[in-house]
Amino acid sequence: MNTFLVFLQEHIEMVYIVLLSIFLGIEVIGRVPSVLHTPLMSGANAIHGVVIIGAIIVMGQVEADDWLALSIGFLAVVLGTLNVVGGFVVTDRMLEMFKKKK
Amino acid sequence: MELNLLTLCYLLGSLSFIIGLKMLSHPDTARKGNWVAAAGMAIAIFGTIFLYNEDGVKLGNYPWIFAGLAVGTIIGTLAAQKVKMTAMPEMVSLFNGMGGACAALISIVEFRHLIHTAQLGLDSSEIKLSIDTVTLLIIFAGLIIGTISFSGSMIAWGKLNGKVKDLAFNGQQMANNVLLIGILAFAAYLTYNISNTNFFWFYLIAFAAVLYGVLFVLPIGGADMPVVISLLNSFTGVAAACGGFLYDNQVMLTGGILVGAAGTLLTILMCKAMNRSLTNVLLGSFGGSVKGEQQAVTGTYKEISLSDAAICMSYASKVMIVPGYGLAVAQAQHICHELEQLLEEKGVEVKYAIHPVAGRMPGHMNVLLAEADVNYDALLEMEDANNEFKSTDVVLILGANDVVNPAAKTDPASPIYGMPILEVEQAKTVIVNKRSMKPGYAGIENALFFQPKTSMLFGDAKAALQKLVAEIKSV
Repeated sequence: MNTFLVFLQEHIEMVYIVLLSIFLGIEVIGRVPSVLHTPLMSGANAIHGVVIIGAIIVMGQVEADDWLALSIGFLAVVLGTLNVVGGFVVTDRMLEMFKKKK
Repeated sequence: MELNLLTLCYLLGSLSFIIGLKMLSHPDTARKGNWVAAAGMAIAIFGTIFLYNEDGVKLGNYPWIFAGLAVGTIIGTLAAQKVKMTAMPEMVSLFNGMGGACAALISIVEFRHLIHTAQLGLDSSEIKLSIDTVTLLIIFAGLIIGTISFSGSMIAWGKLNGKVKDLAFNGQQMANNVLLIGILAFAAYLTYNISNTNFFWFYLIAFAAVLYGVLFVLPIGGADMPVVISLLNSFTGVAAACGGFLYDNQVMLTGGILVGAAGTLLTILMCKAMNRSLTNVLLGSFGGSVKGEQQAVTGTYKEISLSDAAICMSYASKVMIVPGYGLAVAQAQHICHELEQLLEEKGVEVKYAIHPVAGRMPGHMNVLLAEADVNYDALLEMEDANNEFKSTDVVLILGANDVVNPAAKTDPASPIYGMPILEVEQAKTVIVNKRSMKPGYAGIENALFFQPKTSMLFGDAKAALQKLVAEIKSV
């Protein structure tokens, strides 16, 4: 129990971020029309690709001769980039179709 | 000073995610919102590469990092640009799985690193390793959630493109729960009792989580995949947030939690539009919990010939098209637009009635029809459409079933009772294009098909529309 209290104390700003982000996430998309559900899901999908930053940090801290870790890290960077780039491009393609045609 | 600059990058990143999501939920700003979020992501990524340092040590292995980014960017862009509009849901699922796998891999590398550091200077006899419990818990959380999201998304992807069939066995639900509880209990045990002789069990947990993801998605019907993808989407968000805790990284935390929360809400919204609860979707089989006797649906249906249908539509003054799952599967959106133009040339007013959950994903129909250059203004949302059916001469239903089933309004025992539907029976004539009389995914008969004003036009949506267009041209 003590470990958790210490953790809470050390990371209290992070815990606040989590709490506030939960409400913000719900609030921000609360009034989305159903037309936009698919693009929104796709856009949100691209945003959680932010996990790529973790992959970059891992990659950058691995010892240069630890081949196994390098390979796993490399794979993580590739997959994360796929998530980010693919996600944003697909979302853009979907939204491009919504342009009003006159 | 460099560190402060990175903090600024992360602040900009987090802000852009929030603004981007906000803009994404309005039709006029959605496209810009996507790029706002993408720009924030770019700032956060390049900020990390060039400015991140821990205790004064900057990141190394630049060639590897840039090679990884380049490979991912090229494949990601190509895949995203080549994919057909009808295959969008699969694509989203696939990218989501990649994100989940990324989170899981990070956990694996971090775990190896932790064990390696803790083992330094120890001999081989069993010693409890002194590793920070909370860090280990976060690593486990990232591993388990990320892995489930990965394997679940892969199965969802396979189901949507027809490569994976539904599979359910007796007691599957029980087996899944036992497996999940086993994974969690074992992870908790390892967290508190990690020693230099048992740490490889970590990988067993990863394997079990892969298995759980597979078993979790397998029994869920293909038509429910959007809900599952949306749920797994929010899982990946949470997995990314675990990384945020691991590295004290605010942008990962905000991004992850925002998506986790928004994804969960979106999942619930999708379920609501289908008048189902999330548990009902996840436990599989639609209608399994229905009590009471449903009203029997009997009677005879009548077929309509192509030429009759063509004449009927050509001389109407207003036609409403109701597209559904069948249109998406047959990829008939272009020929459908052609039909619309042909009728407009003959002076017929043509509109589309879009049910919120028509197609493979909520909003999917709008995307498909927009791809075929259908005017945005011709697409009516459910409420507007229901007001216009009274003045409509012909309703043409293309592969939709449950969203036009009057049982949702009239039969309290029906599993879809209470679901908002398109009230097509208010129109003068209804023509239904379906491949057969088989029920939709709710597994219930549709009384609409047996009504006197309804006639059936059997066949694949694309083939039937092609013939119909040819007939109308000759009218």
